[in-house]
Amino acid sequence: MALANASSERWKWRQPSVIPGFGLTLGFTLFYLSAIVLIPLAGLGIRSASMGWGAFWSLVTDERLIAALRVSFSTSLFAALVNVVFGVLVAWVLVRYRFPGRRIIDAAVDLPFALPTAVAGIALTAIYAPRGIIGQYFQPLGIKIAYTPIGIVIALIFVSLPFVVRTVQPVMEEINREVEEAAATLGASRFQTVFRVILPGLAPAILTGFALAFGRSFGEYGSVIFIAGNLPYKSEIAPLLIFMRLEEFNYPAATAIGAIMLVIAFSVLLSINLIQAWSRRRFGYGS
Amino acid sequence: MELRVANVRKEFERFPALNDVSLDIRSGELIALLGPSGSGKTTLLRLIAGLERPSAGSIFFGDEDASHKSVQDRNIGFVFQHYALFRHMTVLDNITFGLRIRKSSRRPEKAEIRRRALELLDLVQLSGLEKRYPTQLSGGQRQRVALARAMAVEPNVLLLDEPFGALDAQVRKELRRWLRDIHDRTGHTTVFVTHDQEEALELADRVVVMSKGNIEQVGTADEIYDKPVSPFVFGFIGQSSHLKVRIENGEVWFHDRVIGIKASDLPDGPATLYFRPHDIELTDGCSGCIAGLVTVSRRIAGTWHTEVDVGAGHEKIEVSLNADQSAALKGGRIAFRPRHYRIFPTN
Repeated sequence: MALANASSERWKWRQPSVIPGFGLTLGFTLFYLSAIVLIPLAGLGIRSASMGWGAFWSLVTDERLIAALRVSFSTSLFAALVNVVFGVLVAWVLVRYRFPGRRIIDAAVDLPFALPTAVAGIALTAIYAPRGIIGQYFQPLGIKIAYTPIGIVIALIFVSLPFVVRTVQPVMEEINREVEEAAATLGASRFQTVFRVILPGLAPAILTGFALAFGRSFGEYGSVIFIAGNLPYKSEIAPLLIFMRLEEFNYPAATAIGAIMLVIAFSVLLSINLIQAWSRRRFGYGS
Repeated sequence: MELRVANVRKEFERFPALNDVSLDIRSGELIALLGPSGSGKTTLLRLIAGLERPSAGSIFFGDEDASHKSVQDRNIGFVFQHYALFRHMTVLDNITFGLRIRKSSRRPEKAEIRRRALELLDLVQLSGLEKRYPTQLSGGQRQRVALARAMAVEPNVLLLDEPFGALDAQVRKELRRWLRDIHDRTGHTTVFVTHDQEEALELADRVVVMSKGNIEQVGTADEIYDKPVSPFVFGFIGQSSHLKVRIENGEVWFHDRVIGIKASDLPDGPATLYFRPHDIELTDGCSGCIAGLVTVSRRIAGTWHTEVDVGAGHEKIEVSLNADQSAALKGGRIAFRPRHYRIFPTN
């Protein structure tokens, strides 16, 4: 099986398949992608190009925008990193242990997918506000959670958690117990087995989860605006700027910000995908 | 290193997998644990490895009681049926893993680790493939990497769990011979589990036949085949036929006549006669023989597999005849006597 994988890796125009109609399915896929994803994105490029280089440049170098982009980027990155750690932990618990309530926790992981993000944002704000159930304990310590970037991070962790768990979980299930036993027979402690055998094997899946979580967080709007406080230069995210430009009927500016975000998101996702393609070709887990 | 399994019992949630098993393994020996699935052979291997803990009894490595040592401390080499290679590591990294993770006080130098790994790679005939990843190797190659990895830590004992079970017949035969060769060169004490009797008989110095959590017999291939000590071993190793008989005054009776076999050392009563289907002689007339009617005779190459109906109330028995014997049969009647046989009293 694995051998077949290795030899069929060379790119072929046409793969034999039990599903008939390669032409039909490819055509539909292209049409679908175009209508839903590519044409709107192209429109974004065209609209923002229509404003001319000078205007575009002054917009791009606007300090408020740069600050907002920085907030968006850093909070998304941080949230995705946190989720890599805790998402893998959640996946581990769900895959490896059998305990009462496991199925409920398993189902709960998907909640952020389903919950309207505004609801999540309002709920988190209520909890982490200075008088909220959790926020009140941080208030005396001088830590403000809601209305600061910390709040943004918490909201983003919430919405992007399922991405890491759901990408890592199936690959983790695939890892053979024997591999761990093999490490043990070679003298590896539990700690060495986890950090030198299991986690490196999961790296491609974890990277995918990270990329998805980051991408989701970077574009997130609904849950963040409630908890962020939206102070310019401090806790204002880039998608909010887009929304403000739209309210001012300044469509070119809105699309330009959108285009910039698109470029940033795309380059992050692309580089992660490249790392992944490289590692997947070699390791094989999750391919 | 010598191994001693002393009165080991193992239960999985009250389900017994091994009942009071004892076994001595000599240093440098190649031993096969042979049995049908569910016989406890893999459990015994995993107990020796320390991957399972015995419910009772002890396992000695040399003179030292290793029963309560962890897998990590037993310094064994274990080869799994499905290779269990680390997929994200190259062949070289796989082989050196056991050495690289050691504490610095026990870890050889980098160059020495590499030298040793390349030497092993040469031993398993995979030189030049050290930079490959496991997914880029065939099944046989992967298993050889797994063996090299297990040998890299210079284990006290090498344990192999159905090492060739996942490979196709051709590769399996090749690797069998090759494993014997490696064993003769390195002299590791080796225990391997198999359900393939051909593999066990061809490869091992001694074979341990297991059934239902018990050791039935321990012996060389010849001993196991020629002098099976129990009906199970007789039936499990090679072809066999059996016939329900009766013993009276040291004579073996079938129905109302003697069959020309003495059993002076056995008590009177019902018994079962076991023999090899090909190991018989045809008799003229029947003054002491087994007689019956041929119901089916199938020819496979130079052998006629012949089913004989020996009378109502008895299972049909099978004998194998050569061309001459087959031609000598007249009118579908056959009279024969086993040349070698074992008789086990029926309890």
